[in-house]
Amino acid sequence: MSDDTFSQTGTSPKAGFARRTPGSARPKSVAALCLIGCLAAMPMATTALAQTELLNVSYDPTRELYKDINAAFVADWKAKTGETVVVRAAHGGSGSQARTVIDGIPADVVTLGIPSDIDAIARLSKKIAPDWRTKLPNQGLPYTSTVVFLVRKGNPKGVKDWGDLVKPDIKVITPNPKTSAGGRWNFLAAWGYAYEKEGKDADKANAFVGQVYKNVPVLDTGARGSTVTFAQRGLGDVLPTWENEAYLVFDEFGRDKFDVVVPPTSIYAEPPVALVDANVDKKGTRKQAEAYLQFLYSDAAQAIFAKHHYRPLKREAARPEDLAQLPDLKLFKIEDLQGNWDDIQKKNFDNGGLFDQLSKAGR
Amino acid sequence: MSKAIPHGDIGRPASVVTEGSRVRWLLIGTAIAFLALFLVLPLVTVFVQAFAKGWEAYLAAFTEQDAHAAIRLTLIVAAIAVPFNVVFGIMASWAIAKFEFAGKNLLVTLIDLPFSVSPVVSGLIYVLVFGAQGLIGPWLIEHDIQIIFAVPGIVLATIFVTFPFVARQLIPLMQEQGTAEEEAALTLGASGWHAFRTVTLPNIRWGLLYSVLLCNARAMGEFGAVSVVSGHIRGLTNTLPLHVEILYNEYNFVASFAVASLLAGLALVTLAVKSGLEWRYSADIAAGARGH
Repeated sequence: MSDDTFSQTGTSPKAGFARRTPGSARPKSVAALCLIGCLAAMPMATTALAQTELLNVSYDPTRELYKDINAAFVADWKAKTGETVVVRAAHGGSGSQARTVIDGIPADVVTLGIPSDIDAIARLSKKIAPDWRTKLPNQGLPYTSTVVFLVRKGNPKGVKDWGDLVKPDIKVITPNPKTSAGGRWNFLAAWGYAYEKEGKDADKANAFVGQVYKNVPVLDTGARGSTVTFAQRGLGDVLPTWENEAYLVFDEFGRDKFDVVVPPTSIYAEPPVALVDANVDKKGTRKQAEAYLQFLYSDAAQAIFAKHHYRPLKREAARPEDLAQLPDLKLFKIEDLQGNWDDIQKKNFDNGGLFDQLSKAGR
Repeated sequence: MSKAIPHGDIGRPASVVTEGSRVRWLLIGTAIAFLALFLVLPLVTVFVQAFAKGWEAYLAAFTEQDAHAAIRLTLIVAAIAVPFNVVFGIMASWAIAKFEFAGKNLLVTLIDLPFSVSPVVSGLIYVLVFGAQGLIGPWLIEHDIQIIFAVPGIVLATIFVTFPFVARQLIPLMQEQGTAEEEAALTLGASGWHAFRTVTLPNIRWGLLYSVLLCNARAMGEFGAVSVVSGHIRGLTNTLPLHVEILYNEYNFVASFAVASLLAGLALVTLAVKSGLEWRYSADIAAGARGH
């Protein structure tokens, strides 16, 4: 979409007007304007883009992160190969993003919030190899994260641990687990907490999660939506959210309005990345897209993850002051409690799963 | 709108109001308070928020590359959707107003359909037809044609949503004008096309301009349908309304409201030109408006 094609649309209607003699029927120029506008605009819709473009379809809270990562990768790739690439990003709830890839958005790589969303793309569209976990180090996880609580300054409701979320006077803001990965991690974290606490009794854990969701007044579609609901619109007492998202609110709204509460235990959250094989082969961008994913494991990228409050795979690459911001807490893996991801997704979030049963019972 | 009403009511006795002045003022006061609270206040908020950090921060919102891309895409979409709907709208209303044929009522109903369908559905139907898992998606993929999550999909969704604007305005206008003038032109030896150009088109010009204006405002402002088919790729498939949402979600409130003020400005200009048109050519336009 070059600038000269654009100016065509801008100037040609004027030329259409100029050719008319003053006083002659105006509608003629209107029609001419329409026709010329139509013709001028047509080629723009089909203009092929000459430079290499990568599209990273990502989940909601990584907007600021990938702005930095993409700039670093573009510079790195230019230095290494002399080639200029443009990395574009699209953000939204992880589940809805997976849906757009399945429906045909030409993503080269996906960097989503939860493994089951990449599994869904692999299963429903076959565009990603089913063994995507084995293609990159650490199961395709260049970084991990966890769930912490964001509360109002001074923690007026005294929220300390997951157990406090079921107190009757507490309003919890969390995104919809159907569409949001952050919402699913919150759900699973609450479940895991109760499961351990109740002596591995799944029924009691289910009931606990149901209690938590009774305290939820709004379910946004993505983590960012929930953050805006909590921080900007001032709804709710506690926002269980991605660690990185909680600290981002600090940076954006100031530390004088909110506190971060780190619960004693929380979940080991796994936001994985994968190559969209079918798309890169079709676009001829495999080389650049693979390099992009490899770059996420480089020291430079690892330092950027830590800077944005994600937990880097290589701690030694991060600045110590960034690592100091990531508190030590006991993290559990949901796979250890519930089995593989197909089961976790099916049991909890698919139609008729635990979340649906709980919402039905809660009504 | 208020300017158009007196015209339609010409010939009515000057005052048929029987309510006391107190009741009248109460009603007027309520209406004004309601408008102030739900229309004027939010509109003012947009501009207040946009200028919350001064002119420089306001202008900075428009120097960003993604903002340029969004403005460009919005203009492109309107430049395709509006002319398309003008051509279609004139053809449809010409056919409906000047000729009798079977299925005419069905056609009128179909033209109205986009008004009654939720924009989300308007977007989804295109995903279901053109998406990779859709009806003709596999064929499109085979032939390397990208419709959904690209400019063509956004244009299609916008055309669908703005479909009725021109036709709905012109059909009643043309019906009111009847076919006598065209028949006279034809009797005098004009060709059909010549009669259309020199008789019909000048007759409908103000109604046409008025509907183009509204159609354009909606085309540039559409959010729901476009949001579904856009894929939200920055710098590529984000229109102005989508850009506003993205900026808001990135805590970039000043930039978000700055871009929103651009859309609000478009609305105000549209309103001003529309009122101007109504004031000068109320006779032509009211004929169209009454048909609703």
